[in-house]
Amino acid sequence: MKAKHQRLTLALLALAAVIGAAVLALSALKDQASFFYAPSDVVKDGLPLGKAVRLGGLVAAGSIKRQPDGISIHFVVTDGQAQVPVSFSGIVPDLFREKSGVVAEGHFMPDGSFVATNLLAKHDANYMPPQVAGAMHKTESLEK
Amino acid sequence: MIAEAGLAALWFAGALALLQVVLAVIGVRRSRSGGGEVLATIRPVAVVQGVLVVLAMLLLIAVFVESDMSVRLVAEDSSAAKPLLYKIAGAWGNHEGSMLLWVTILGLAGAAVALFERRLPKPTLIATLGAQATIALGFYAFLLFSSNPFARLVDAPPDGQGLNPLLQDPGLAFHPPTLYLGYVGISVAFSFAVGAMVTRDVGPAFARAMRPWVLGAWIFLTLGITAGSYWAYYDLGWGGWWFWDPVENASLMPWLAATALLHSVTVLATRDGLRAWTIMLAVVAFSMSMIGTFLVRSGILTSVHAFAIDPKRGAFILALLVIYIGGALALFALRVGTIRQGNTFEPVSREGALVVNNLLLSVILGIVVIGTLYPLVAAAFGTQLSVGHPFFDSTAGPIALVLVAIMGIGPLLRWRRDRASEALRRVAIPAGVAVVTFLAVLLLAPGIHILPLCGLTLAAGAAVASVAPLWRRDLRRTPLFTYGMVVAHLGIAVSLAGMASESAFDQETLVATHIGEIQHVGPYSVTLEGIRPVIGADWSAVEGVLRVQRGDHAPYILAPQSRFFSTPPQATSISAIETVADGQLYTVLGQADDDGRWQLRLWWKPFVTLIWLGGALVAFGGFLSLLGRLLRERRAHRREIEA
Repeated sequence: MKAKHQRLTLALLALAAVIGAAVLALSALKDQASFFYAPSDVVKDGLPLGKAVRLGGLVAAGSIKRQPDGISIHFVVTDGQAQVPVSFSGIVPDLFREKSGVVAEGHFMPDGSFVATNLLAKHDANYMPPQVAGAMHKTESLEK
Repeated sequence: MIAEAGLAALWFAGALALLQVVLAVIGVRRSRSGGGEVLATIRPVAVVQGVLVVLAMLLLIAVFVESDMSVRLVAEDSSAAKPLLYKIAGAWGNHEGSMLLWVTILGLAGAAVALFERRLPKPTLIATLGAQATIALGFYAFLLFSSNPFARLVDAPPDGQGLNPLLQDPGLAFHPPTLYLGYVGISVAFSFAVGAMVTRDVGPAFARAMRPWVLGAWIFLTLGITAGSYWAYYDLGWGGWWFWDPVENASLMPWLAATALLHSVTVLATRDGLRAWTIMLAVVAFSMSMIGTFLVRSGILTSVHAFAIDPKRGAFILALLVIYIGGALALFALRVGTIRQGNTFEPVSREGALVVNNLLLSVILGIVVIGTLYPLVAAAFGTQLSVGHPFFDSTAGPIALVLVAIMGIGPLLRWRRDRASEALRRVAIPAGVAVVTFLAVLLLAPGIHILPLCGLTLAAGAAVASVAPLWRRDLRRTPLFTYGMVVAHLGIAVSLAGMASESAFDQETLVATHIGEIQHVGPYSVTLEGIRPVIGADWSAVEGVLRVQRGDHAPYILAPQSRFFSTPPQATSISAIETVADGQLYTVLGQADDDGRWQLRLWWKPFVTLIWLGGALVAFGGFLSLLGRLLRERRAHRREIEA
C-alpha cells in the first residue's frame, strides 16, 4: 500500500469510527435516556409508560406507609401542584424522610402510580436534588 | 500567618510559570542557535516553580492540621475532632484544595522533566517546558482569581462543619491523588507532543521521551479507577461496582484515551508509524483529562445548578476548557501538515491490530463522552434527563467485548505484515478455549444473558491468548516489557471474567428479619444474633451482629453498621463484607420497624473480587513495562557514554 493511501485510509477509518460512535450513541439515547418528570409534568403530558424515568419532588408529609413485609414502603411524591403515589422495596437512603427531596428511578404503572427500583436522596440534610429544585422552581414561577 | 505564606508562595509560583512561558517563546525563536543559554535559565525556573507550589500545598495541609478555623476552607470542610489522616486528606477533599493538589503535581512533574530529561533536542525540551508552564498558568489563574484555597473568614467559627462522612474513609487519602497523578501525567505527555509539534520534530525519539509519562499516567489512572470502583462498592452500600455516574465517567474517559495513546506511541517508538495519529491521541487524551479534572469538582455534571450558584467560577472553568482544548486542537490543525508520513504496514499485522484497538477505544470513548455530556446539552434546551447503565451497557458493552477479542489476537501477529493463514493457526488454541467455555457456560447456566455469556467466553479466550506470546520463548531472555504486556492483558481478561460472573450469578436477599431468624443467600445462611451500639471518634452507630455460616464450615461474625456522624450531622450505612476464594458476601443493615424487625440486604457475589484483582494486574503490567523500558534505556545510555 502506498504511503499516501495508507494515511487517507486511516483518516477515513477514524472519521467512520467517530461518526459510527455518534450515530450509535444518539440512536441509543432516544430509547435509553431516562427522562426526569415532576408530578405536575405527568398531569400535563400524560403517563410515560414503558420507559425508565426519574420522578422527583418532595416526600409528602405523613405519606410514608411501611408495608407488613417490612421491606416495602408506599409514599407520595409532590411538587406542590400534583401528587404521585410511589411504591419501593428495599433499604431507603439514610436521608429519605418526609418533606425532603427525593428522586425515584423506576417506571409508571397504567394506573398512574410509580414503581421505584432505586431512591436517591443525597447524604446532606440541606441538599435538594437539582432536578427537584428545578421542578419546585418551575411550579413556584407558575404560581406567580 | 501560614495561610498568607501559602498564598504568597502560590503567587510567586504563578509568576515563575509566566516567566517560564516567556522564556520558552524566546528559546523557540532562537532555536537555530541551539537554545543552550535559554535552557540553562528555564530549567532552574521550572524547578523553583515546582518547589514553591509544593510549599503552598504543604502550607495548606498545615492549616488543616492546625484546624485554623479562620480559613474558610478549613471551616467548611474540617473540624477539630477529625482524626489526623482525614484532616490531611481533607485538604484535597474539596474543590479549591484539589485544584491546588493538581497544580502541585504538575509543578513536580515539570521540575522532574527539567531535571532529568536528556534525550530530547534542546528546542523541543524548551517548547515542552513552555507548554507545561502554559497549562499550569491557567490553574494558577483559576486558583488565585476565583478559587483561593487560603481565603480567610472575617468571623472565625468555633468549629468547622466537618467533612462529608462518605469521604471519611482511607480511600479519600489515596484515590484523588492517584487520579490526579494520572491526569497530570497525561498533560505532561501532551506537553511533549506540543514541544514536538512546535519544533516539527515528531518521530521515534520524541515518542520514546513521551512514552514513560504516558505509561506512568496510565498506571495511575488504572489504579485510581480500580480503587475508586472498590471504594464506591463498599462505601455506598448499593452492591454495585460501577454506576456510570458522570464522575466515574470523567475518570474513565482519560483512561480510554490514554490506553489508545499508550498503544499508538509504541508503534511510533518502535516502528516509526502512526505519527499524526499519535499526536492526535495525545491531544484527545489531554482534552479528556482536562474535562475529567474540571467537571468533577466543579459540580457542573452532577448538578447543573452549581453553575447558577457561582456563575463566575463556572464561566472561568468553561473558558479554561475552551482555551485548553481549543488551543490544543488548533495547534494540531496548524501543524498536522508538517508531520511527515511514517513507516507503512499491511492491514494484517501488529500495527493493523493496534489501529483497530485505537479505533474501537475511540468509539467507546465517543459513546461515553456523548452519554456523559448529553444531559448537560439537554438541560441547556430545558429537558431534564439522565443517562445511566442501560445506555452504556447496550452500546459500549458489545464494543468492549470486540476490543477484548482484538486484544487477544493483536500480540500474536507480526509487525509490518503477517499471513492471515499463519495468524489463524496461532489464534486457534485460544479460540478453541473460548468455544469450549461458551458451550460449558451454556450447559451449566442455560438462562444466562447474552452479554455475560460472551464476557465469560472472551475472558477465557483472551486469558489464554494473552500468555501465548510467551509460548516457546526463552523466559529468562524475554524482555520485562513483554511480561508487562502479558500481565496487563491477562488482567483485562481476569477483570472481564469478574464483571461477567457478577452480572450473571449475583444473588440478593432483601428481608426484614427478627433477631434469631435464619436467612439465606447463595451458599450462606445468615442469622441476625443481635443489635449493639458502638461509639467512634466523631460518630455513634448501631451494629447488627450477623452469624454467617456456609455449609458445614465454622461460622463467623459480620457486623454491618448504621452510623451517625455528629459534625456534620449525617447518617450513613457501613456495609460488612466477607471475602472468600470464590466471591464475596456483602451485608447491609437497614432500619428497624415497629415489630422489632430489622431490614437486611444480603448479596452473594461470585468471583466479584476478580474485577479489582484484574485492575491491579493491569496496573502491575504497566509498571513492569515502565520498569523494562527505563532499564533498557539506562543500559543504552551507559553504552553510549562508554562508546
